[in-house]
Amino acid sequence: MIRSITQQKPMEEIEVLLNGINRVFIIGCGTCVTLTQTGGIFQVEAMKNSLSEKGKVVTGTTVVPVACDNLTTDILREFEAQLKQADGLLIMTCAFGVQTIARQINKMAVPALNTLFIGKETGAGEYNEVCTQCGACVIGETGGICPVTACHKGLVNGPCGGTNNGKCEIDSNKDCAWTMIYNRLKDLGRLDVMRIYKKPRNHLGEPSPGKFQIPV
Amino acid sequence: MPSAFKKALNSGKFIVTCEVAPAKGTNLEKMSHHIELLKDKVDAMNVTDHQSSVMRYPSLGGALLVKELGGEPILQMTCRDRNRLALQADLLFASSRGINNVLCLTGDSVMLGDHKEAKGVFDLDSSQLVAAIRKLERGKDMAGNELDGGVNFCAGAIVTPEAKPLEPQLIKFEKKIEAGAEFIQTQAVYDLDNFKKFMDYAKQFPVKILAGIILLTSAPMARFMNKNVAGVFVPPDLIDEMAAAPKGGALNKGIEIAGRMIRKIKEENICDGVHIMAIGKEEKVVDIMAEAGLL
Repeated sequence: MIRSITQQKPMEEIEVLLNGINRVFIIGCGTCVTLTQTGGIFQVEAMKNSLSEKGKVVTGTTVVPVACDNLTTDILREFEAQLKQADGLLIMTCAFGVQTIARQINKMAVPALNTLFIGKETGAGEYNEVCTQCGACVIGETGGICPVTACHKGLVNGPCGGTNNGKCEIDSNKDCAWTMIYNRLKDLGRLDVMRIYKKPRNHLGEPSPGKFQIPV
Repeated sequence: MPSAFKKALNSGKFIVTCEVAPAKGTNLEKMSHHIELLKDKVDAMNVTDHQSSVMRYPSLGGALLVKELGGEPILQMTCRDRNRLALQADLLFASSRGINNVLCLTGDSVMLGDHKEAKGVFDLDSSQLVAAIRKLERGKDMAGNELDGGVNFCAGAIVTPEAKPLEPQLIKFEKKIEAGAEFIQTQAVYDLDNFKKFMDYAKQFPVKILAGIILLTSAPMARFMNKNVAGVFVPPDLIDEMAAAPKGGALNKGIEIAGRMIRKIKEENICDGVHIMAIGKEEKVVDIMAEAGLL
């Protein structure tokens, strides 16, 4: 299952964003941010205490089941009075949730988290970015491992010179995509596809902002 | 017309290239001094492109300076900071100003440099940049549009013979040659027996290979590279030799080792030449060449 991976912003940045917003309603989410422990019940409670200590009035809190679902608007109706009392919302969900809520509720929406990537759970509490939705999929030639995503530089013709013992030049905790691809293709007996020169990528598979409409 | 460097490459002589690094700022005195010192001793000098992702005076400007002072520049171009439009435009500019040797590199991550929050571009990779140069030479840009006025480059790339694992690097190396690289400057090599094995493999390709020689300045510097620089391996006996140098004599020992290696590469005809990188000690290239018996 794919998950939206988030990280809490530094408290100093949150305080700056909340400048002039003295009465705050805090919203968390029961899905991705609960799993990553960045916007679940406990983190919302901790944020409430932290803001109260800093002199903010927390008019209410809730953890909606799936913030990015359009039903979130209906669920928040239950908190109408507390929402009305608030000058703004502090939203501890990924940016999908923040934008869903901001579109529906006429209040300044402040994100408490940075949305890092759409990740796949690859181990207990471990998430990795495996696809960046580039719109021009190349993994048919790389053994199913995406170099656009898994290589820091998005290289499609093989490793750069910075790879070291199978790790990336930017972080020895990150695997070198091209070492992984090489090993996978070698196992499959298909190193021939790695030897094929790949022309420059189409960087506009779907020009940003992405938009899709089912043809009628 | 082929560049002077291309002629030298094809002459069969033992080639020597070195590196000059543009300034952090507009004071070009030191760089000019290095160019003046080396221009008549080496076959060409590489001008680095924001080396290690540290913002500097541009390699194009540095290459122009080499040209103006009567040297033969090799313009280093990384794919880190420019997309395909900007890279092609800079190639046109280089060509129009008589800069006709290019070393194509992917480039270090911006995260390794001094502008860590910058956007790394990597629209192309090094092999695609080589291919783009060959396409420009055929009178078309990468989109297939006709050029008014052509270009003619001597294009090269790099390889890391000590990379671990090596095989994925070699596949990329072969792609660079397939894309049209005429010369290869290697990452630093210190273990010449190992390098000979690489050359046994590389000799089958129609490309000139210049062995990378990084001047060792101290035993700690050698250990630092082993720990922190991908694809560089200084063997323990060389580190011991550096460590055993008398106080204040480490740099001279490094010059001696570099000279010894170059002499061996030349005498045993291991490859086509050397690329000397005396990072921060460019004036010592002369001493290294003298030690190697090249002057």
